Parts: sequence; structure tokens; C-alpha cells
Amino acid sequence: MHWLERPDWAPGEIDLERPSVARVYDYYLGGSHNFAVDRQLAQRAIRLMPDLPLIMQANRAFLRRAVRFLLAAGVRQFLDIGSGIPTVGNVHEIVHASDPDAPVVYVDSDPVAVAHSRAILEGNRSATVVQCDLRDPRALFGDPALRAALDLSQPVGVLMIAVLHFVPDSDDPAGVVGRLYDEIAPGSYLALTHATADGDQANARAVGELYAQSPSPLVLRSRAEVSALFKGFSPIDPGIVFLPVWRPESERDSHAHEAERFSGYAGVGLRT
Amino acid sequence: MTSPPDRAVSTGNAVSTGNAVATGNAVATGNAVSTRTAGPARNTALAQAGPGSLRFAGSWARAVAGTSYVPMEIAEVEQFLLTLTEKLAAALLAEPFRSCPGYEVGTALVDAHFTGVETLGRTVSVLGERLLAELGLETRGDGEPDELRSRLAVLQGSFAEGFADALRSRTLDEQEAIRHAVLVTREEAERALRASEARFRAVFADAAIGIGIGDLAGNILDVNQSLSDMLGYPVEELCRHSATDFVHPDDAPEVWQLYAQLVAGERDHFRSEKRYFRKDGAVLWTDLTVSLIRDDSGEPRYMVAMFEDISERHSLQNRLHHQAMHDPLTHLPNRSLFFERLSRIFAEAPEHTRLGLCYLDLDGFKVVNDALGHDIGDQLLVTVADRLKACAADGGHLLARMGGDEFVVLVEDSQGTGQVVAVADRLLRCLDQPIRIGGHDLAVSASIGVVEREIRTSSSADVMQAADITLYWAKSDGKSRWALFDSERNDREVARYTLSAALPSALDRGEFEVEYQPLVRFSDGSLVGVEALVRWRHPTYGRLSPDRFISLAEETGLIVPLGRWVLREACREARRWQDMSPDRRFFVSVNLAVRQSRDPALVSDVTAILEETGLEPGRLQLELTESAIMGTADEALAVLHTLSDKGIRIAIDDFGTGYSNLAYLRHLPVHSLKIAGSFIEGLRSSEDGDPVDRQIVGALVSLAHALDLDVTAEGVETFVQAERLKVIGCDAGQGWLFARPAPASAIDALLAPGFTFPIRPEYP
Ligand SMILES: C[S@@+](CC[C@H](N)C(=O)[O-])C[C@H]1O[C@@H](n2cnc3c(N)ncnc32)[C@H](O)[C@@H]1O
Repeated sequence: MHWLERPDWAPGEIDLERPSVARVYDYYLGGSHNFAVDRQLAQRAIRLMPDLPLIMQANRAFLRRAVRFLLAAGVRQFLDIGSGIPTVGNVHEIVHASDPDAPVVYVDSDPVAVAHSRAILEGNRSATVVQCDLRDPRALFGDPALRAALDLSQPVGVLMIAVLHFVPDSDDPAGVVGRLYDEIAPGSYLALTHATADGDQANARAVGELYAQSPSPLVLRSRAEVSALFKGFSPIDPGIVFLPVWRPESERDSHAHEAERFSGYAGVGLRT
Repeated sequence: MTSPPDRAVSTGNAVSTGNAVATGNAVATGNAVSTRTAGPARNTALAQAGPGSLRFAGSWARAVAGTSYVPMEIAEVEQFLLTLTEKLAAALLAEPFRSCPGYEVGTALVDAHFTGVETLGRTVSVLGERLLAELGLETRGDGEPDELRSRLAVLQGSFAEGFADALRSRTLDEQEAIRHAVLVTREEAERALRASEARFRAVFADAAIGIGIGDLAGNILDVNQSLSDMLGYPVEELCRHSATDFVHPDDAPEVWQLYAQLVAGERDHFRSEKRYFRKDGAVLWTDLTVSLIRDDSGEPRYMVAMFEDISERHSLQNRLHHQAMHDPLTHLPNRSLFFERLSRIFAEAPEHTRLGLCYLDLDGFKVVNDALGHDIGDQLLVTVADRLKACAADGGHLLARMGGDEFVVLVEDSQGTGQVVAVADRLLRCLDQPIRIGGHDLAVSASIGVVEREIRTSSSADVMQAADITLYWAKSDGKSRWALFDSERNDREVARYTLSAALPSALDRGEFEVEYQPLVRFSDGSLVGVEALVRWRHPTYGRLSPDRFISLAEETGLIVPLGRWVLREACREARRWQDMSPDRRFFVSVNLAVRQSRDPALVSDVTAILEETGLEPGRLQLELTESAIMGTADEALAVLHTLSDKGIRIAIDDFGTGYSNLAYLRHLPVHSLKIAGSFIEGLRSSEDGDPVDRQIVGALVSLAHALDLDVTAEGVETFVQAERLKVIGCDAGQGWLFARPAPASAIDALLAPGFTFPIRPEYP
């Protein structure tokens, strides 16, 4: 019956006519989990901002450092919100290299990213995939698979890497993080990265405008705005900084002299 | 897959092995790589490497830095590349020389996610430019470097081949993986959709409520069985219809406004109660909810309408409403409905609208009811109702039963009095034929009060009051007729009513007084008596003469105490005059109303008053009207005899206006006749006096004298009249010529000895 309204619980329609930020991101990282529409958007963005692939690499590198940091801090369960399309250096790979039993839950709203994640993780009993929109924290934390995988009375490492800049102010990202804060136990951490125009103003804004026409507009936030998202969390040294500067493994990795070129903030906070 | 170059033919197996690794799960392979590089063993490996390899690995790492995303820090990248460097170094020098390590290094790079094409280019460059130099191989014997150069070239080629091969595999794998993910997602979405459709189908098919789906043009696309049952159309037939085919004439206008807004996408749903015609013509009441379905981009696409059958509730409501608004006996609208309609006209109609009412009441219905019983009475009412209804329906007018035997016809938008009077005429005529019930032919007639007016001059209460009064007029004017409301008549009656209401307390408050008008003998101008006339000093209307209130007093019964009071007053004064001139024959004449004359206490009252005042009976005259005396039953006649026997004089007032049986007069105890002023008027002037009046007066006087009665003429105003009356032989006269009514004290002077009234003009 063609006239039917899609019920809420049905997966969203997959529209290959429109780019998906998950697949575009995969392209930036040199993946081939993408289609022509995705590559078009990515290539246009790269023309506006040739550093983009580097920035994405830096973002992904932060992800790895943050997870390693959390592992070192004793965190033994992870919640990766806006996990995207698994390429290399995924959270579960990093985690399971040191603790094969530590549960990792991936959450994304993109049904294709979720389906792909499920395919990759089939048979992996320590990794779970949940399709959910993070703007609905009640649904997220009510998800039975998530609740089965994670013990929310124990500390969790929550990752919101390169995702909150897809949540406009009208959807209250701070409120979403606040809800998350309430759900997780003291001793938990939140690691996030966020696009900003604080560094490379003109180019970042141009990319922002490009994304504005895509299905996932990009909200560039200032350092203060990103700090505000951490409300309630105590900042972990060095606080909120440009991507490569957050606890680099070596002097060369830090790109210290040109960190602002990376147009993205990173930070980790502790839920006390 | 391309074939490895000629010189590597012997290494074919190794190539396929490397390839087999690369074509495994791309991510798992990458994982294996990163795990390998992350292990603690790498530091040992690093330590064992030669310084040349170490230097080259550093150059290589710098060359490819940032060209691809790899999950490694720079130090890890260097370590990884060092392993590969050593492999290449070994290959350069190996005997026999094999090119497959170059191929394997190419695939290893891609496996570590060095997937950028720049990685390939830069690696080929850095290998060519720096590998031999960093490994210190350029300085070996002549010819040797050439051999190493060509080995390097083969390794570079093989490396490129391995890299491209692995990258292509990886690309294809990833494309396949992502397409598979899309496929899975689609299947899942479709499964969910099918499930939801199945659920919807189940709901749609089995729901007790009717559901219909239409497009924005109103075409009905699908309906469920319940709706088909409700409307009585087969499903397929309904689907050939359009929503707008189901307009019901009584639809509230907003239903279709809401519908238009919904189609325009201005609202997403609406709910309303709406009537539908079933296929069989019956009316279906529904509680209707219509929702707009939009597509993914928010454009309106379809409408889903849900119908709950509320006919039952409605018919109950209607039945209750009908019951509340109709009379169970005649099934006519009842007074509630009538008043509802009437007040709606006053509330809503334009102010120049006119309306008419015929307020009808059967004549003598009570008699039928009492004589023939309520059953017959009810049947009569039903038949009358039917006839009236047919008659009212002709003109499209509302007929209502107001209760009992009262009906009303409402003429809306009346064209004028004529139209409404015509309706009243028709109503009366339709009752002309006797009504046959239970073997009785019952003649029925009705009286109708007709009111017709512009609504802005009135209110519904006014109209009803007017109709009520007018009906009463029709009754009192003789029944079996209509009367038209007349505001002057109404005003008079209102004034009368006001007066009659004020009468009882007026007597208590002493608002009445008695005046006396002399009666003068024509023969000598002497005073023979006075007539006592009551006056009402009304606080607002001033002095009122008896004709304004005596009939009211008669109607209300107040005439009896009032008459008694007048009698006592008059007797008191007469007693005074008796004392003033005891020898003179002089009487006071007091009017007795009909009701008084029939009052059983009359004799005792009169006797008591005479005793109380000490007036000689012969000094009292009682005046009765002709009709009071003539129509008297025997007992009343006996009363007159008793009074007369006591010596009281009896006079007939206004003689000549009734239809007196003159022969009967001789049997009555009457002493005097008073001829009505109207006859005397004909004797007014010398020129144009009415000869007939003169003859009548003459005949009356002769008759009276023949019966030994004396005659007094009333209303004498001129000397001509006085002269004529004197000639005719009339005994006495009363009127303005002699004196107007005056207070008792004014009479005293007239009793002075020797005083006479002039009968002729006294010319000086
Ligand atoms: C740029 S990718 C980041 C992937 C990964 N976290 C990383 O940083 O490597 C952003 C991901 O966030 C997901 N995303 C965007 N909005 C989301 C939302 N409201 N709820 C859940 N996921 C969302 C997208 O589908 C996409 O996969």
C-alpha cells in the first residue's frame, strides 16, 4: 500500500541520491565505502579546504589516542556515538587489542553505516551496534541491546567524535549531553571532537556552507560553545584544544606550530 | 588480476599467497597489520635493523606522511616501513633474485590502509631515489650497481603491481561491502514496511471503524469493509467515487472548509460530525476524522478518513429532541419548538421582517370533553390538528399545539395583515365540516387572535401577549371568528384593567365621592329630588365619571360594596335634607347596578341603612336599568316588591333603550320612568328637532301616565327641550339646563323655601 506513512520504528529510507556524512567521511580517510554522490561532496569540500583529509586523519588519530587514554585510565566499556562506517583503527580494535572482553557499543543513525558495522562485527561478542538518533537519548539509553552490553552503574568511555557538529542548536546538543551525563556513572569519560571555524575561518565557513545544502548541515562551534557541551564534566588535561595537540604521542605528531589549521577541537571530560 | 612481470614468473606462488592475504577481510587484515605493529616485539626488530634501513624507513615515512589514513603514530609508521625496507633490501641482494617481495610490500602498504594514490607515487619515487644510496649499495663494483638498479626497477614495478592489485581488491571489497550494507538496509526497511503494512492491513481490514483513503483530488483509492458496510456500497463501487460526491445538504459549511485546508496542506487533520447518504438513501451520522499524509519531503499526498458510525447516538438524540419538541398526541410541534422558532426570528431575522400569528382556540371544547369523555376529546383534537396542519402546510407555515385546545400558526416573512387574516379565514373554514368521531357528528368552531407586525417594533413576548389578548377579544366578540389585534382597543383595555385593579383599594382609601343632580318639575320649576352620582377622584386620572368605572366594578363584583357605600352616603345626606325641610316631598335617587339588584342582601342592606340614617323610605328612590328589571327572575321581583312595599320609590333608568315588554310593566312595582337622554336630544332645537323622537317621547309619557307612573327626562340641556317636554306632559327633567351634579352642600341652597328653577329663558 503505497500511500502509507512509514511507521516510526521502520528503518529510514536509504536514499543513494543524497550524500551521507558517514560515507563522505570514509572517503576523506581513503576508504571506498562510498558512492558517487558522497565523493562529489567530498571532492568539492576538499577543493574548498585542501587540508580536509589531513584534518580527518587527525580526528581519527585523536580517537585512537583518546581510547588508549581511557583504557589506561581503567575504563573497560565503551559507547561510540556517531560511530560511522568502520574503516581501520576502529574503537573495538583498539580496545580489544588490550582487553578482548571489554564491551564496545557502536551507535549511529545512518542505517547503511549500521548495516555495514553489523556485517563487520558479525560474530564479535564484545561489540554491539545500535541504530539510534543521539538526539533521542531516552530511546538510546532505553535500547535493550545497549543495556545488555553495558553496565551503566560502572564507568563508561563515551565517544562523540565528529558528530555533535551535526546537531543544530535547535536540537539542543547541550541538553543531549546533559541527559547522557545523567545516565552514566561517576568515573565515566566523555571524549568528543567538534568542527570549528576558530582556526581556518574562511575555509571552514566555506565548507560549512557547502554542507548546509547537504542532508547533514554542519554547525561550526567556537571553543566556548564546545566547552559548554562539557557542562558538568571535569576537563582532562590539556582541556579543549585543536585536534593534534591533545596528548600527541610525539612532538612530530602534534603539528604544534600549525595546530589551528585542523579546524577541529578535541577534549575529554571526566564525569565526577 | 594482471599477471606478474616476466622476471617474476618463478615467484608466481608467492604472489598468489600475498594476494590471498590481501583479499581476506580488509579490516581484519588491517587489524592484523596494526596489531603486529603495536606489539612490544617491534622495538627488538628496530634494534636489529641496520642503520641504512633505518634511515631509508625515515625518508619513506616522511614521503608518505599524510597521504593516507593509517591507524599509527609516526613512530609506528617508521617501524612498519622499516620491516618493509628490510624485506626489500633482502630481495635486492637475494640469489636467485625474485621480484615477489616487491609485490608483497605493495600489498602490505594497502593492507595497512596506505590507500592513497600519492602513497604509491611517493613510494616509487623514494625507492628509486634513495633506497640504494641509503643502503650503501651504490658504491659496489662496476656493473654491480647496474644489476642492482635493474633489480630495483623490477622490485618497484612489482611493488606498484602489488599495491595496485591490493588497492583494487580493497576498493572492490569495500564497494561490495557498502553495497551489501545498502542492500541489507533496504531489505530491512522493506521488511519493516511490509510488517507495518501487514499490521496496517490487519487494522484496516478488521477495524470496526470505517477507513477510506483518498488522493488530494478527492478520488477514493481504497476503503475497508466497515466503511463499505456503513455506506452500503460495495468496496469497488466506493472506489469509483470521489469524496465530494458525499456532500450532504445539511453539512456544516466548516466541514468543507476544513477539507479544503487539509487538501491545501494548511492543516494535518480535522474532526467533525458529518452525515452521509447511504446507498439506500438512509442517513448515516459519522464522527469523521480526516488526516493528511505527506511524503518524505513534506508534500501532501493522501488523505486517510476514519468514520465512526454515530447514527445510533444521533437517532436517539434526534428522538429525544423530537420528543422534547413535539406533542405526543397530535405529533405537532409543541410550544417549546414554537417559542424556539419565534425567538430565533426575533434574534436573527433582518429587522424589517414582518411576522404574523394566528392564535387559535376551539370554542366550547371543554363541553365536548366533559360530555363525551377525554377519549373523544383527544380524537377530536387529533382530527382538528390534522385539518389545521393541512391548511397551514399549504402556506408553508408552522403549526404548533400550545397545549389543551390551543394551536398557533406562525406566518414567517408575512407580507402584511391581509395575508395573515387570509390564513385565519382558511383555518376557520377548514373546521366548517363537522367532525365524525365515535358515531358523533361534532360541530367545531374556533376563535382566532390575529397579530401581524414588523419584528423590530416588538418582541416575542409582546407578540404572544397580543395574540392572547386578541384571542380573548375574538371569544368575547362572540366566538367562531378571528379578531385582529388593535392597539387602541388594547390601550383602552389596559387602562380599564389598570382601573379595575385599583378599584378595591380606592374604596378603602376614600377616593369616591357622591354628587347630586337636581330633578326639576316642569310645571313650576320646583325641585323634586336629586340623583346621587358617584365620582372617583383617581390619584392619577383625576375625576372619573361612573361610565368609566361602574362596569368595571360590576365585573369585579366591587359594585356591591361600592353601591352600598353610595347608598349610605346618599341616605345620610337625604336625612340631613329631611331635617332641613321636613315637610317638603323630596327624594334622593340612587342607582342600583344589575348585580346589586340581585344581591340577596339588598333588602336587609337598604333597611339597615334607612334605619341607621333615619331616612323616611319615601325619600329614597332606587333606579334600575330596564334590563335589570325586565330580566328579573321571580325572587328578584319579590325583592322589588318588598322594597316598594316599604314605601321606597322604584324608577326605571334609561327607559326606551332596552326592549321592554311594555305590557309587563304594569305588573312591576315601579313608580317612575326616566327617559334616556338620547331621545331627549331629538328635542333640542326648535328648527331641526326629530319628529320621531318627539312622538316616541310623547308615546312613552302617555304610556307611563296610563300606568300611573311619573316620567323624568334625562339630559335636558335647552329651554326648547324643557318647553317641549312640558308640552308633552313630562313630569320632571334633569340636566345641565338646571344644574350639573354638585356636592351635597350645594343642594342645601336649592331647598330654600320658594326657590325655583327657570323653565323658560328669563329675558331681562
Ligand atoms: C563524521 S562521522 C564520524 C565517525 C566517527 N565517530 C569518527 O569520528 O571517526 C559522523 C557520524 O555521525 C553520524 N551521525 C550524524 N548525526 C547523528 C545523529 N543525530 N545520531 C547518531 N549518529 C549521527 C553519521 O551518520 C556519521 O556516521
